[in-house]
Amino acid sequence: MRPQDRGLFYVRIQRVETEFENMSRQMTGAKMIVECLKDQGVDTIFGYPGGAVLPIYDEVFQQNAIQHILVRHEQAAVHAAEGYARSTGKPGVVLVTSGPGATNAVTGLTDALLDSIPIVVLTGQVPTFMIGNDAFQEADTVGITRPCTKHNWLVKETAALSETIHEAFHVATTGRPGPVLIDIPKDVQFASAAYTPIKKARVSHYQPPVKGDMASIEELVAAIETAKRPVFYTGGGVINSGPAASQLLRELVEATDFPITSTLMGLGAYPGSGKNWLGMLGMHGLYEANLAMHGCDLMINIGARFDDRITGVVDAFSPGSKKAHIDIDPSSINKVIHADIPIVGDVAHVLEDVLKVWKSRGRKTDKSGLQEWWAKIDDWRSVDCLKFEQVSQVIRPQHALSRLEYLTKDHDRYITTEVGQHQMWAAQYLNFDDPNRWMTSGGLGTMGYGFPASVGVQVAHRDSLVINVAGEASWLMNMQEMGTAVQFKLPVKQFILNNERLGMVRQWQELLHGERYSHSWSEALPDFVKLAEAFGAKGIRVDHADDLDEAIKEMIAYDGPVIMDCLVEKHENCLPMIPSGAPHNEMLLSESSTKDAIGSKGAVFV
Amino acid sequence: MSALKIKKGANKHSAYNLRPTFSDQQETHTLAVLVDNEAGVLARVIGLFAGRGYNIDSLTVAEVDHEGKLSRITIVTTGTPQIIEQIKAQLGRIVPVHEVHDLTVEGPAVERELALFKVEGSGEKRVEAMRLADIFRANVVDSTLSSFVFEITGAPEKIDAFAELMRPLGLNEVARTGVAALSRGNA
Repeated sequence: MRPQDRGLFYVRIQRVETEFENMSRQMTGAKMIVECLKDQGVDTIFGYPGGAVLPIYDEVFQQNAIQHILVRHEQAAVHAAEGYARSTGKPGVVLVTSGPGATNAVTGLTDALLDSIPIVVLTGQVPTFMIGNDAFQEADTVGITRPCTKHNWLVKETAALSETIHEAFHVATTGRPGPVLIDIPKDVQFASAAYTPIKKARVSHYQPPVKGDMASIEELVAAIETAKRPVFYTGGGVINSGPAASQLLRELVEATDFPITSTLMGLGAYPGSGKNWLGMLGMHGLYEANLAMHGCDLMINIGARFDDRITGVVDAFSPGSKKAHIDIDPSSINKVIHADIPIVGDVAHVLEDVLKVWKSRGRKTDKSGLQEWWAKIDDWRSVDCLKFEQVSQVIRPQHALSRLEYLTKDHDRYITTEVGQHQMWAAQYLNFDDPNRWMTSGGLGTMGYGFPASVGVQVAHRDSLVINVAGEASWLMNMQEMGTAVQFKLPVKQFILNNERLGMVRQWQELLHGERYSHSWSEALPDFVKLAEAFGAKGIRVDHADDLDEAIKEMIAYDGPVIMDCLVEKHENCLPMIPSGAPHNEMLLSESSTKDAIGSKGAVFV
Repeated sequence: MSALKIKKGANKHSAYNLRPTFSDQQETHTLAVLVDNEAGVLARVIGLFAGRGYNIDSLTVAEVDHEGKLSRITIVTTGTPQIIEQIKAQLGRIVPVHEVHDLTVEGPAVERELALFKVEGSGEKRVEAMRLADIFRANVVDSTLSSFVFEITGAPEKIDAFAELMRPLGLNEVARTGVAALSRGNA
């Protein structure tokens, strides 16, 4: 070889290598999706196959890094992903087909939107050249899901697919978390393009600020220093902010000795066994929590949103207090209740600054004012608003949950719930000492949430005790997931408080609609024990108070999914209760008569 | 237990009518919203207004930055101060929205709208229409022996006034673009 040719040869080899490198990053859209998920650290997806996602399922088949949990209904896939996300702090991932697959996911998406749960849903779509032709299993998925996602995308080119998926994970988990959806036509899955890894993806312009305004934080600290009757009112935002936020909250509560209450979504951020804990507030919240909210002079809202189940009638909501509101979403502030000290930022970042400033200014609080305030609160506590008596052999639901609490509190335990009376009783009678242990549908109130959510939690925590506290009516709404639980050997415990009624509907009919129980019971309930056995699971029935403990122990001990049919008092009302249209200081307690309790003005509230 | 006497029509006081006792004075604001020019972005903005029950008095949209693929949406909306604040905050939540500016409160702004008017008539009315068009600095962009199409730009009030004057003179059709607005002075 002549010396001058040698250079040429060298150049040629180099070119081949670069081409090879480019070649190796070329892949089909379907493979790209799996690569993206691996890149994002996803270990589990919940899904259901269908025509428009077959290329993706083919790629899922050919790898082992990501496990796929086959659900029995797409709604359940999203709820399972919510359970997974809420119990781990990681985004939940769902893969479903076009048309009915996507429309079935809508309830789950809306649920995740209202409770700010990070979910990434991948839907198949008919090929791009068929979109708009009313093709088989075609639906305008991005159109349908636009109002029920934080953001969504229709990807029309394979070259844009990997960047879109990375962006989707960024949007789902940044700022106020929420569900996102990526609609992927089948031809985009088949075509090939270059893969863009995370570190090469372009930086999104979506970067919500996390640090709070220092001037407002100092204003809050000044209010903390002088408050005579303060209360912390915390919500799901503390849990969404991550474990550091819960830690900082605990530190702040300990250091200031202020009382703390929480919404349904925020349970566990401050320990239920903590000495400053007032219990949950709101419509079915504790007497002391609601009266503290009504009578306080400084309300510090941390990551809650003044939901109507919390405020009751807004005109009479906590009339004498200065209100501080910490939220990462500016639209939550001043939406319902005027905030005197608004702070936009991430809870953990803001609390860190609040603590820093408060300490640097000498850790001041109004000790004598606080002492009087606590004396008042202790007065309210002595009412013991959750007291009940288990007199006969008919199990009262409160008793069932108290025993469940007693027998499971030392376990590594996760609780999910369906929606209704049992959900409120669970929130009242179970204690949560850590965040991410309590999964419930708060904002949307989705019956049928709890069972698939428990499946998602158990997938993430194989060795933990996962219990779904359910009512029989809610539970039946997604009972097909027994198949999933059995197939994937997920030992979820379905603790059904069976009153053969839609308990909460029945309660409202009793209070508001002259005891006309219109369609609030089922005359054809299944035999839950046989149902469990039909699916290859274990069924237990208990209807005597004396047998309850043994039944619960048997449920815990069994290594596999269990349906526990706990027959309870049929006409129990969930109390305390703030009747609709009433302020926080007018509560119904269990001993008081519920007769004529709700004025006609309240009837128009739901 | 007694049945409650729920009055007819009581349900229009929705359960979610949680409007606080903020000022109920209605205000009109002009909002400029800078968005990524991507599929569906207008639907997101309009869907927000429809879904949350906000008013749209006028809306214009066009791409303003071809390289950056950014569009500017100008929305004129009416509501209480609290609702206007909510609208801005909700717009800011939409992921492809880059900036939201309330031109009504962020200092002086120019607002312009373009309109086309078809006026049909003959004789004295036709002459009068032409004379008024001249006063309003409207251009004639189409003409037949019995009709004119005038093109007029200006603040919405000026266009309203022109429409009032043209009505008795044979105004037949109107097309308006809606408001485009910019803040005055340096950005």
